[in-house]
Amino acid sequence: MTDPMIEVKELTRDFSVRRKSAGRLGSRRTALRAIDHLSFTLATGDAVGYIGANGAGKSTTIKIITGILVPTAGVVRTCGLDPLRQRRELARRIGVVFGQRSQLWWDLPLAESFDILSAVHRLDRSTARRRTAELVDRLEMGETLQTPVRQLSLGQRMRAEVAAALLHSPELVILDEPTIGLDVLSKLRLREFLIAERAERGTTLLLTTHDMGDIQRLCDRVLVVDHGKLAYDGSLPGLARTVGARRVLVVDLAEAAPDLVGLPGAQHLLSEGGGLRQRLAFDPETTTAAALLAQVSMRATVRDLSIEEPAIEEVVRRIYESTR
Amino acid sequence: MSRTRRRFDPYLAVISSRIRAQRSYPVSFRLDMLGALAVGVTEFAEVWVIFAKVGVLGGLNFHAILLVFGLSNLAFSSADMVAGHLDRIPEYIRQGTLDVFYLRPQSVLAQLMTSDFELRRVARIAFSGVILSFGFALGGIHWNVRVVALVVLTYACGVAIFAGIFVCAGSLQFFLINGAELTNSFTYGGSYAASQPASLFPNPLKLFFGYLAPVVFTGYLPTLAILRLPGPAGLPSWLAWCSPLAAAWVWILASGLWRLGIRHYQGGGG
Amino acid sequence: MQGRRNVYWQLARAGFRRESHYLLAAFAGLLTNVVFGFIKAAILLAAVGSGNVGGYTTASMSAYVWVSQGLLGAIQLSGLAEIGDRIRTGDVAVDFIRPVDMQAAHLATDMGRGTFSLIPRGVPSVLVGAITVGLALPTSVMPYLLGVLSIALGVAISFLGRFALNLAGFWIVETRGLRVLYMVVSTFLAGLFVPVGLFPSWLARIALATPFPSILQTPVDVITGRVTGIAAVEVVGRQLFWVAVTCLVGRAVALAGRRKLEIQGG
Repeated sequence: MTDPMIEVKELTRDFSVRRKSAGRLGSRRTALRAIDHLSFTLATGDAVGYIGANGAGKSTTIKIITGILVPTAGVVRTCGLDPLRQRRELARRIGVVFGQRSQLWWDLPLAESFDILSAVHRLDRSTARRRTAELVDRLEMGETLQTPVRQLSLGQRMRAEVAAALLHSPELVILDEPTIGLDVLSKLRLREFLIAERAERGTTLLLTTHDMGDIQRLCDRVLVVDHGKLAYDGSLPGLARTVGARRVLVVDLAEAAPDLVGLPGAQHLLSEGGGLRQRLAFDPETTTAAALLAQVSMRATVRDLSIEEPAIEEVVRRIYESTR
Repeated sequence: MSRTRRRFDPYLAVISSRIRAQRSYPVSFRLDMLGALAVGVTEFAEVWVIFAKVGVLGGLNFHAILLVFGLSNLAFSSADMVAGHLDRIPEYIRQGTLDVFYLRPQSVLAQLMTSDFELRRVARIAFSGVILSFGFALGGIHWNVRVVALVVLTYACGVAIFAGIFVCAGSLQFFLINGAELTNSFTYGGSYAASQPASLFPNPLKLFFGYLAPVVFTGYLPTLAILRLPGPAGLPSWLAWCSPLAAAWVWILASGLWRLGIRHYQGGGG
Repeated sequence: MQGRRNVYWQLARAGFRRESHYLLAAFAGLLTNVVFGFIKAAILLAAVGSGNVGGYTTASMSAYVWVSQGLLGAIQLSGLAEIGDRIRTGDVAVDFIRPVDMQAAHLATDMGRGTFSLIPRGVPSVLVGAITVGLALPTSVMPYLLGVLSIALGVAISFLGRFALNLAGFWIVETRGLRVLYMVVSTFLAGLFVPVGLFPSWLARIALATPFPSILQTPVDVITGRVTGIAAVEVVGRQLFWVAVTCLVGRAVALAGRRKLEIQGG
């Protein structure tokens, strides 16, 4: 059996926080437990989504896995290496994309960032050239190569960051909120690229995100972390089932209609504007949005519609409640 | 391509990119150069004004002080170009740049030092070189192998000493909040002290800048040795040849402090 | 009338209070000032020797060293990037719209700040000097009264000068080189590292044609009693002149900058 790509055992991380005690002089140091006996394993080739509310410990976990932070207790092995003691060797084998931090050189043309990174990773010239061309082509960045990074749009920059992280063809790619702030088209493009990359090279993927669409499209496994503890580790359909999370269809009708109750597979949640806008929740395992829409159209004329996905926070909250 | 050359390739790539980036803003760059030059000129002017008034200070005349100033400032401005920005570590932490350094297969310190190579400091290096040349010309020096060797040794160790001091200052930034205000006392204070005749210092100051942050090895002691003058009590002129020891001491201190700083950042910070 | 005066007083108090939160930074600054002070004292006292150089004796030179180091926190010859940043981000447009005068508002805040910093940096500096090296301070009241006024004027000139300089941000994108240049020249001509009294006459004449000696050298001279009586009133008068000049220059530049904003649309 091959070694796991990431192995986390009883990981614990405390932060010492200085809080000003009200009314008293000075401040006290209290320990804040950001990660609490977390354990999970990633096998080679896995694609795992790592979700949780803000402050649940996602970024801290990533930092520990990549060797930026030290665990307070527990064992972490990434690519079989100790991220702390073998940081530089590990850096050759993983690629990391931080949604909010740039790994590129801000005031230089994009092409130069790629050149420097090729030198940093000691790629020989032909490999560097081939790989750069491949990534530029597949991420459609040909036009932006000579633009200074600071002038790129967010969508262009994120694609560049992904390319930069994949330049040295790492075995493990970690993405921390990569689609944050991106428009729908850019998100789709990025997801398709990652899927293709995985299919070709068998890269292992660890993704933290707030976007359920990312998870649905990219991952076959989900880890949910809440207050530093692992609340769920399994497949995505399993997650939806566990939680009973439903999608919501919001219809704007041409005329106010009485509440649309009794539709098969759906539950009427709310009517606004005297019946002009109605919200219907449905279980995606039982029926589809299209089927429901057809049902609604039989009863009233639909002028506009939108679909809401279960928010991550909502899912997490439900998980936490269901596992208590 | 030799192995050592390949090891330095990524660092050279970053440095050359920084140089190109700075030169792409000609107006700002020229103003920056002018500013850097002005710093060098006024530092020298301070010394010159005093000597214009009194002629001899601490047993040294104006020509001798040209050597002290030239040697120490040349080393300082060279080190400043490479490591002077290390006291901006809190800024790098805030911007997340430091975390990005961790993700690359290179030493974090080396990345820090090459990431902000400031070309404008060349102006100061050039100015110090000019002063030093005047010192060589007017100093009445008996040139021989010994003197040349001492000058070369002094420069190399001087750069090492000041760079090490900058690393110490940078390391302290991991612990302190407004650390730069404090570390200025021995980084820029060190440069100031290095260009003066240390024989004038009261004993605590002699101890501090002679043995703790040993900047007297970068200009004053070598000048005494070159001009074959005896040194003041506690700082004999032959010590000038021990500047490698001074540099080693500073770097022992620096690497220790740096390791403490990094540990603090990874353990208690983030 | 009453309402408007209140605003500036409140701004000054706010500046004072805000500075009091940075006590640790103030003490760090004090430490650096003291280290530099010791080096400076060693050199200048040796220059004076046992005699008299440029009118300074050992005791009066020591006074100059420690008082000048102590005033650095208040006078703050470097810095004030805040206004430059506000110009770069465009926030300055908000400042122009506010019902208080932008220059006066920032000045009031800075005066408050400067006043506070005399506590952790000004007084201890003089104390260190008095205890370690010994220094001579005047025994009559007048120098102190006039000195306090002189310090206030010095802080004001320093601020107004930097204010005008930072407004260059309206026309130049990166003002850092300009600011460094200004800081270096102003520091030198203000008599920080060497008293203006020691300058060769041609350099002294150049210095006196600028506002810089009025920022530091004059307050130090007045409060240490180097300049007394009518002469003291004269130099304070010269400070008032420079306050007016820097204030007007600042206003002119601000006006030009505001025009530029209005035309360009920020």
